[in-house]
Formats: sequence, C-alpha cells, structure tokens
Amino acid sequence: MKILVTAKRVIDYNVKIRVKADQSGVETANVKMAINPFDEIAIEEAVRLKEKGIATEVIVVSMGTDAVQETLRTALALGADRAIQVQTEQELQPLAVAKLLSALVAQEMPRLVIMGKQAIDDDCNQTGQMLAGLLQWPQGTFASQLVIEGERLQVTREIDGGLATIALKLPAVITTDLRLNQPRYASLPNIMKAKQKPLAIITPAQLGVDIAPAWATLKVTSPLTRKIGVKLNSAEELVAKLNDLGVLP
Amino acid sequence: MILVIAEHDNKHLKPATLNVITAASKFNEDISLLVAGSNCEKVAVQCAQIEGVAKVILADAPCYEHQLPENLSALIVGLANSYHYILAPATTFGKNFLPRAAALLNMAPITDVLEIIAKDIFVRPIYAGNALATIQLTAAIKLLTIRPTAFAAAHTLQASAPIEKCALVENTELSTFIKEELTQSVRPELSAAKIVVSGGRGMQSAENFKHLEELADCLGAAVGASRAAVDAGFVPNDYQVGQTGKIVAPQLYIAIGISGAIQHLAGMKDSKTIVAINKDPDAPIFQIADYGLVGDLFEIIPALITALTKLKQ
Repeated sequence: MKILVTAKRVIDYNVKIRVKADQSGVETANVKMAINPFDEIAIEEAVRLKEKGIATEVIVVSMGTDAVQETLRTALALGADRAIQVQTEQELQPLAVAKLLSALVAQEMPRLVIMGKQAIDDDCNQTGQMLAGLLQWPQGTFASQLVIEGERLQVTREIDGGLATIALKLPAVITTDLRLNQPRYASLPNIMKAKQKPLAIITPAQLGVDIAPAWATLKVTSPLTRKIGVKLNSAEELVAKLNDLGVLP
Repeated sequence: MILVIAEHDNKHLKPATLNVITAASKFNEDISLLVAGSNCEKVAVQCAQIEGVAKVILADAPCYEHQLPENLSALIVGLANSYHYILAPATTFGKNFLPRAAALLNMAPITDVLEIIAKDIFVRPIYAGNALATIQLTAAIKLLTIRPTAFAAAHTLQASAPIEKCALVENTELSTFIKEELTQSVRPELSAAKIVVSGGRGMQSAENFKHLEELADCLGAAVGASRAAVDAGFVPNDYQVGQTGKIVAPQLYIAIGISGAIQHLAGMKDSKTIVAINKDPDAPIFQIADYGLVGDLFEIIPALITALTKLKQ
C-alpha cells in the first residue's frame, strides 16, 4: 500500500512571531523554518506503517517555492521514500492545496493519505477534510491511534468530550493529532541518504488545477495585549479582590 | 438566508450552538437551524425556542445518529443552494464536517471566526492567536466555523419556531461509528464554564490534582490543564486548554502551577479575569494575569479553600 503524506514549511514553533509594521502579514525573512509539527507526526506514522510491512512506499508532498525542497529533504531523512514539490510562487489557500493533492492522488494512487490536522501558521484545520470530500473518501480527523486490518482502518479520534472510535473503508484520509506518536529525529546517515532520494517537481498548471485565492487578507494585526496585573500577598487578599469584582459564585 | 448546523447528542443541544446563532444574527438574514441526528426530535424542540431562529430543519434518520462527516456533508450539500451562509461551531464537531461540505460545494470555508466586520469580512486568529487576520471572502456560499467564546449565547424564548422535516437521507456508508469514550464529570463543561481552575506541571502528580478539584468544586468551576500536565499523564487529554486543546474564555480563569507557554495562553488569554498562582515569580503567566500569587501552591490551594469557605458563611 502506498501512503501519501504532506509536509508544509512553516515558521518553527519555538519562534516568537512578529507582525509586520505595515500589517501585511507576519515577518518570515530570516526566521527559522521547520516542518509543520502535525505533518511531522503524519510522516512518522507513515514510516512506522512501512516498518511494520503494511505500507510499501511513503511519498511526501510539499508545495511552494524551491525553499520547500529543504523541508522535503528533512521528510526524506525521516524515512519517506520519495518527494514531490508542487512548485509555485503564488499564495496557496487550503481549497487549492486540497485540489492539488487530489490531482496528485489521481496520479499516484495511494490507498492512504496522512496529513497534519492543521498547519501552525494559518491554523486553518481544513485541508484534510476538503481532500477527503473532493476524493469522496472517508476521513479520520484528529487521529490519536490508527489500526489497519486489511481494507478496514480503525481510527481513534480526539474530540472535545474525550475520544471517539470509527472504522473507515480504504482508501481514506487521516489527519493527525499530537498524541498519535512521538516523531523520531533524523540520524546523520539518514540525512546523507536523503540527498540521494528522488525529488520530482510539478506545477499546478501541469496538474490542471486553478489555484486562484478565494479570500484576500486585508490586514494582519497583533492581538490586544493585556496589561500586567498586580501580585498579591495572600490567598485571603485574592479572595477579597475576586469577591469585590463579583466573579465569585 | 443562513443555515446553522446544531451540535447535539440526539438528546440535548450543545451550548456552543447558541453562540453560533448570535454570530449568525449579525448578518440580518433569516436563520434556519439544522438538527441532523437519529431520534432527535427533542433537540429540534429545544432549537425552536432559541431567539433569532426562524425555522428548524429536522433530518432524522439512523445514518445521521453519530453525525459522521461523510453523511452530514452530503446532507448539507443537498440543502445548500438556498443559503448564503452555512455556520457551525469551531468545535471538533464543526471542524470535522464543515470543510468537507465546503469542498463538495467548491467553496473555500473560513475557520474559527472571532469577529464579523461586514457581510464578507471576518477576523480569525493565526499563529495560535499571536496574530489576527482580517480577511475578505468572495465565495458565493460562505461556510464559516465560529469560535463560540467570541460571541454571547443566544437566549431561549417561550415562543417556538416551526419545525420542518427534511426527507433527505444521505448514507455514504464510507465510515461507521464504533464507540465514544467521554470523560464523565459532574462539573460544568470546560468550554462553557463561568469559572475554570487549571493545573500545570507544577501540580506534580495526578494525585495532587485532587486538591485542585476540591478548589474547583468550592467555586462551581470546571477543571482544565496545560498540555504539560496532560502529557505527564496527570489528567485526560480532554482537560487540555490551549492552541491544541480547548479554547476557553470564562469570567474567571485560575492558572495553578502553569508557567504560561504560548500554546497555553492561546487557549485562555481572552478570559475576563485571570489569576496566576506559581512559585516562580518570573513565570510568563504573570505577564497576562490580573492577579498573581507567588508561592507554594500546596499551601495556597488550602488557604484559598479556607478563605472561600469563610466567605460563604
């Protein structure tokens, strides 16, 4: 079984982001970039399925400028077999990404697509669900456990009240939550080997997909900051303050 | 015309739907509320009493029992043509099916709307709430998930809107429900509670969380936790408040033994009043707290319980 996984290039989660003064977006120049952590979990899950002998090949996809080739090499070092860059300089919004992935699925015919539940830059949490819809495949979102038994996939999902378990018919789309696995670190030999693995480049036009944006970002601003409060000396003083505010039952 | 998708468990309407109705009312168009489930007529009756709802659409069939996204999206596509807007709460329920329905309609959805500026201009958080994007959407049908804590809850009335039955049965048979393991709690639901008491790594153990729960019960509060406390196994994952957990905005949020990682702040910084209790005076949580107490939380928690009990007498 072939598995397709995604790897979005985002600002590293440890970086404190800065909103540009002209409100046009978030500063990305000279900022450390990394694989979207949820996608890293997707790659890890696919690689583990290959190690268990369930998957035969893991194909990783990233989209954007040639800078994403670095992201793809990292994914190859983590164990993916080959990479595809969908090359574009244009802004890609989730619906366009889902359509591009759908076109790639038609070419590559994977039985399973695993992707992060959201990217930590735009926090959209849409693309996996949209891809599943476009393909008319079942979806298992926010997955914290996957069990594959033949043509059936059992998914434990993290929901607001606890956990839900569903069964899907393959082929299917899975989106990962944090507790699905703990991704490995790429070893030096694997980083070296990754340089030799195949990386194909394709354009949205070659895939026949219109990537025109559906929305325009008018401005990006910093949220209102709270003013620093006061430090109190005792529990009694705190209870008295809260009582004065009228927030106690 | 606006279609709002109700979140429910076939018996009770989930409160987040009430916040979505308030958001929907900003568009000044008739609001229809879709209740899709199985044997869920009781929910439709509750929905008919919400202020601002012009009509309830009841799609009652076994294939909607667990609101599987494949079937629910197909149903929404069947109804979508009459509407300009389709709204759902930005909960794990709404986030699951709404983008799928949008893709089937070839419309780009917007998730986690915090503010409605104009009929096509919305504000949503990006980078875990560390920036806010104002966006203009051109889609003919605007599919939005609404962050419940950003809008007040709609009121319920004595009067009742008409309930219309929908005969569309969309059973894709792509997925099946196996089981649900919901955390049982007598405390209020985390995302709807007026007061939330949360613990972090500083609680040190699952055992110690009992002290915090005692304080929560004294306040009639819900109990939350930071990701560090969840990862350490002190509490179940659905306690988690933060970017990757629940977003809360109660009247009072008490953070105990929580350092204040960005990921946690993203889930609670819109709370009305924030109290932080931590032994480290330089913990980032104090940067956003209205009131701080520096000290040993195992001394402070019992002292708080004593002071609260005294106050009640």
